Amino acid sequence: MSAIQPPAQRIWWKQPLDKVELVWILIAFTWCLVMFFMMPYWHVYGKQNLATETYRTTPDMFAKKAQAVVDKYTVRTETDEKIPVVRPPAGGDVYLIARLWAWWPILELEKGKSYRLHLTAMDYQHGFSLQPENINVQVLPGYEHVLTVTPNRSGSYAIVCNEFCGIGHHKMVSKLYVVDK
Amino acid sequence: MAVSADLFRTCPRTGLQFHKPSEMLMKANAVAAVVMLLIGGVLAIIMVLTRWQAVHLVGAEDFYMYLTAHGLAMLAYWIIFFEIAVLYFCSSTLLKSRLATPRIAWAAFALMVLGSVMNLVAVFKGDSTVMFTSYVPLPANPMFYLGLILFAVGALIGCFVFLGTLVIAKAENTYEGSIPLVTFGALTAAIIAIFTIASGAIILIPTFLWSVGYIKAIDPLLYRTVWWGFGHSSQQINVAAHVAVWYAIAAIVFGAKPMSERVSRTAFLLYILFLQLASAHHLLSDPGLGTEWKVFNTSYAMYLAVLASMIHGLTVPGSIELAQRQKGYTKGLFEWIRKAPWGNPSFSGMMISLLGFGFLGGISGVMMGTEQLNMLIHNTIYVPGHFHATVVIGTTLAFMAITYFLLPTLFKREMILPGLAKWQPYLFGLSMAVFTLAMMGAGTLGVPRRHWDITFAGASLPYEFPGAAWLMLGIVGVAGLVAIVGGIVYILIVVGSILFGKPVDAGAYSSERGVLKMPVEVALTGHGHAGFAAPGTFVVALVFLGAFVLYYFVNWKYLSTVWGLS
Repeated sequence: MSAIQPPAQRIWWKQPLDKVELVWILIAFTWCLVMFFMMPYWHVYGKQNLATETYRTTPDMFAKKAQAVVDKYTVRTETDEKIPVVRPPAGGDVYLIARLWAWWPILELEKGKSYRLHLTAMDYQHGFSLQPENINVQVLPGYEHVLTVTPNRSGSYAIVCNEFCGIGHHKMVSKLYVVDK
Repeated sequence: MAVSADLFRTCPRTGLQFHKPSEMLMKANAVAAVVMLLIGGVLAIIMVLTRWQAVHLVGAEDFYMYLTAHGLAMLAYWIIFFEIAVLYFCSSTLLKSRLATPRIAWAAFALMVLGSVMNLVAVFKGDSTVMFTSYVPLPANPMFYLGLILFAVGALIGCFVFLGTLVIAKAENTYEGSIPLVTFGALTAAIIAIFTIASGAIILIPTFLWSVGYIKAIDPLLYRTVWWGFGHSSQQINVAAHVAVWYAIAAIVFGAKPMSERVSRTAFLLYILFLQLASAHHLLSDPGLGTEWKVFNTSYAMYLAVLASMIHGLTVPGSIELAQRQKGYTKGLFEWIRKAPWGNPSFSGMMISLLGFGFLGGISGVMMGTEQLNMLIHNTIYVPGHFHATVVIGTTLAFMAITYFLLPTLFKREMILPGLAKWQPYLFGLSMAVFTLAMMGAGTLGVPRRHWDITFAGASLPYEFPGAAWLMLGIVGVAGLVAIVGGIVYILIVVGSILFGKPVDAGAYSSERGVLKMPVEVALTGHGHAGFAAPGTFVVALVFLGAFVLYYFVNWKYLSTVWGLS
């Protein structure tokens, strides 16, 4: 009878359902389908989809590629640590290293242009969190993730680490600049 | 063991029958749960006072260590100990059966205690600050993993004791017909638990071997994929368990019958089939996984588990509405809910749990679990905002609510401080609602989770979060403290009642027992005869849907304004 007693009919799956339930199930299921199809829809018509392009990598391999870009396109350095600010050509490949507890190098991108941003972690897992835009991507050691990014506003951004990576986690923050042409 | 040697008592007020060894086991597991809640609660004070940036109580090292312990004590130990008690209650008590293999059940309990203590000791030693998730290659003391594994093995044995009890009840004909809906829900939870613990074993055993040096490396993506089969699924055990508790409280307080057994049970079946896919929620912003995999899994195939929760969200209050309408509260759409016993903490706790789980936990969870929208909140403090709504308002408050019913029935004590108990669900539930909303607000502003200092002290290129983020964290601090007071009140009432409550007549033990009979009113199957039987609940459900749709598309709108990503 009640929910803590056996059902009145042993064959419970033949029990009729109430109209309230039927109507609600139909509405809820329709909504579920809308939510489901929003995701493929956005892959076709939306402009913000996370790339799946991924390669296996090692810290050495990735560091070499990042260093090559830094050597070629560094425009200035910042802070006492002389962190290079890299301004690669529009449409080019840029490399960002996550390691304890820094992002390296600093990137300077051009508004409205697309870049292939390569991400990896050198040691533990890290979290790429672009602020105040609030775009967040997991960064894993051993995996090189290539995102195509197109900044749509110029200004100074921050990259915060949002995956716990040890005692210095809260110091792992860097800059990213987007400039008008 | 001969059946005749088993002792039972029947609670004179509720008619529930308790098998003596099962009763002892329920008590032991419930007490262990409350001890863990106490530990987690004390740590929660440190959490809120540190993340409240203006107070910033402890240093970074301590903060991360206590955060690790807080997550484990609450998410794993408080809830799973309590769930084992719920499983024994739903099998042996609700089916009037003896519990299968009490001695093995005690061994399971011992393993769980040993494992949880070992794991927490490893954390407090300070060399296992790896968070609840223990993502490799962050290293922890081998004791950390070993403790977790032992705890999980104990819980797994508990699940099999539950299943064994179902078999015994069937074989000894302790009930007629099918198992009750609440037991069916508990069975759902147990099946999910077995899947969960198997996933945990598959990843934690190699991780343990890695920590002692037998395995060279564990792939971080492999770890995440399998670990979340454990980490997220363990929260799905909670969903199934607390929905079963909702139905139980509706039945206990109102004598409510399910609107339709078919609908409610089918919804539980959907949980079994689809809820597990949701471990993908944590992997949506990861490299290396395909889009199709993400879309299919994150949406539980096609949101079929969300559908199940939306069904329970209607049928639990709907069954209460029906019971109330039959008692004569038929005026308008909402007399049934106005005249509900809001001073009964079992009822008010359950109702706040249901509303908080749906409106706050459910809507935010689906938003976060949308493949593209996930990028807006991944690893921000929005995530703990969401799961404090599901696990604290949803599960914890539901468990608190049923405890008030269990004090006289199981612990045979009159509840102390009934006037305070009346307020506890409101104090705890409503402050948690503010707490979770403020956390989600801060997450929307980009504040990271598991982060000691959003001023980035000592960093060479710090970022300044907007003032609103500080305000949100301040609200998190204040509301969190109020919720902790609510938690203290709960622990005070429970422990106080067990130690000092007036003993109540709980029925004498004897070897006789009754059979759980099929109800007489067979004619009243389904309430379809009334046409549209629960209009009030339906209106609330539509309000819920409206909020859901609005919030969902607001987030898409926001997503459309950020940088292009492809």
